[in-house]
Amino acid sequence: MFRAIRTRQTTLAPLVLLLPAFTVMLFVVAMPLAFSFYTSLTPYRLTRPESIEIYIGARNYIRLWDNAAFWAAFWRTILFLAIALNVELLLGLGIALLINKLTWGQRTLRTIMMFPMMFSPILVGFQFKFIFNDNIGIVNNALQSLGLIDRAIPWLVDAQLAMFSIIVAEVWMSTSIFAILLLAGLLAMPRDPIEAARVDGCNSWQVFRHIPLPFLMPFIFIAMTIRSLDVARAYDIVHVMTGGGPAGRTELLWTLIARVGYNNARMGEANAMAYVSTLLSIAFTVFFFRKLMAARRYMGGAE
Amino acid sequence: MSRAVRQRVQAVALWIATFLLMVIMCIPGLWVVLSAFRPNREILARPPVWVPERLTFNNFAKIFGLGDAQVAIPVGSYFMNSVVIALTSTFVALVIGMAGGYAFARFRFRFKNSLFLSLMLFRTVPGIALSLPLFMLWSRLGIIDTQMGLIIVYIALNVPFTIWLIDGFFRQIPMSLSEAAQVDGCTRWQAFWKIEFPLAKGGIAAAGVFAFLTSWNEYALAAQLTRSTDSKTLPVGLMDFTAQFTIDWAGMSAMAVIIIVPALILTFLVQKHLIRGLTFGGVKG
Repeated sequence: MFRAIRTRQTTLAPLVLLLPAFTVMLFVVAMPLAFSFYTSLTPYRLTRPESIEIYIGARNYIRLWDNAAFWAAFWRTILFLAIALNVELLLGLGIALLINKLTWGQRTLRTIMMFPMMFSPILVGFQFKFIFNDNIGIVNNALQSLGLIDRAIPWLVDAQLAMFSIIVAEVWMSTSIFAILLLAGLLAMPRDPIEAARVDGCNSWQVFRHIPLPFLMPFIFIAMTIRSLDVARAYDIVHVMTGGGPAGRTELLWTLIARVGYNNARMGEANAMAYVSTLLSIAFTVFFFRKLMAARRYMGGAE
Repeated sequence: MSRAVRQRVQAVALWIATFLLMVIMCIPGLWVVLSAFRPNREILARPPVWVPERLTFNNFAKIFGLGDAQVAIPVGSYFMNSVVIALTSTFVALVIGMAGGYAFARFRFRFKNSLFLSLMLFRTVPGIALSLPLFMLWSRLGIIDTQMGLIIVYIALNVPFTIWLIDGFFRQIPMSLSEAAQVDGCTRWQAFWKIEFPLAKGGIAAAGVFAFLTSWNEYALAAQLTRSTDSKTLPVGLMDFTAQFTIDWAGMSAMAVIIIVPALILTFLVQKHLIRGLTFGGVKG
């Protein structure tokens, strides 16, 4: 009898403990998402409240298919993430390897390295808008004082340069996450295999390729999973720095959603776009989460 | 030079090089902090003034409405809103996250991995995508432009990651400890508060700081769900400084410092646990 009660308790207890978490998530995320899915099937405009009751099926989605601005933003977002995340990973790895090499004072440098992590994305945007300002920005001022350029470079006005500046801001904000996680991985790594490989005559690339790199993979996946949760923070940066301009040339999916939904008040269409962006984020997270799980099994974690 | 000395010199040189690299990385942030203490005139000066002639607290006095020159931006109430909203949502998210993290760390149940992943996926929804339905629903419920409206949203934003971190910290504590306490006559509830909670305290504090920072720094949702001094937070207030074509750089820099300083202090207090939590929660299954 006692055993029966105990098993019942143990199956019930986790459900009770998880109930508040899932209640909140259902109320604040799942329910609104269901509602926004419904509105994406209507021609809802904020200016015409009654339009929320007109059902038009998948027309908003079908129209996205022919929407050149949407696809431009979509591919630009993919490209932006591909460049930013790879640069962050490589820079983070480089910094981690460098700090790992030090024999003392690692903690001080790690603390300094965490500085950009504390910045609000909106602040990062403002900061780089300030720095890349063509008249008073420190970048142009420095280049001019050093005599490298004689005319101000229009960092945020030229389309290509503006995209470059946004990527710089994004990389500045998020490289430390990679560096910190990879450094933690390096510090946890056993040293003996590396020494052994050296003795056996491997060169440093061979050593790195076969010992620290496989060991670091789970840490890379953790970093990617954590980053995948908040890639949309780039909205804040673009919103402050260029607002999607010049002429929509730095428009990402997220700034486009805001423009269509709030500025043009076309909520139905914006919700359809928002759904696409949500699915994109989910696919991204699931991909890295599964890689993380596989790496964990490979590392012999208790799974 | 003997070998030991040469190695020593090399180590110092490497340290200095790395240190310089880190400082260069921090320059963009430091430049804003420095600008907060410079008069706007000097920031706009042509040719540029590299070495500040004098540092001043005027920018801060201005945005708080002290002194003769004032800025018509109610930074004081934005600050209070930010504090109330971030603290309340962090506290509630921690309570919910402790319950959830404990469930994932200590119990075996069906669909455990799927439930964990689904929690993370809730967190993945881009803020701006979520803001559209929330904006419509919150208007109907009448909680738009209230602190309560934003607090509820931030709780949901923080619960998944808080559970991820706290789950990792509870796993690090051997189960045998609380079992021993239970054999000695504690209930599971008592064992939790007397054994497991004190051991996981540092980690829970780190999760709290992470949650606080998320709420403190959030912009995309707050920008749509707030309207007035009743609920506007500091990141939203920062945009008040950008008039159509002119930007008060000095004022904005001063406000930036006000946003950064609390975040800086909190992070440095718990950084050790923060790093441990981030890696452990993920690696050990």
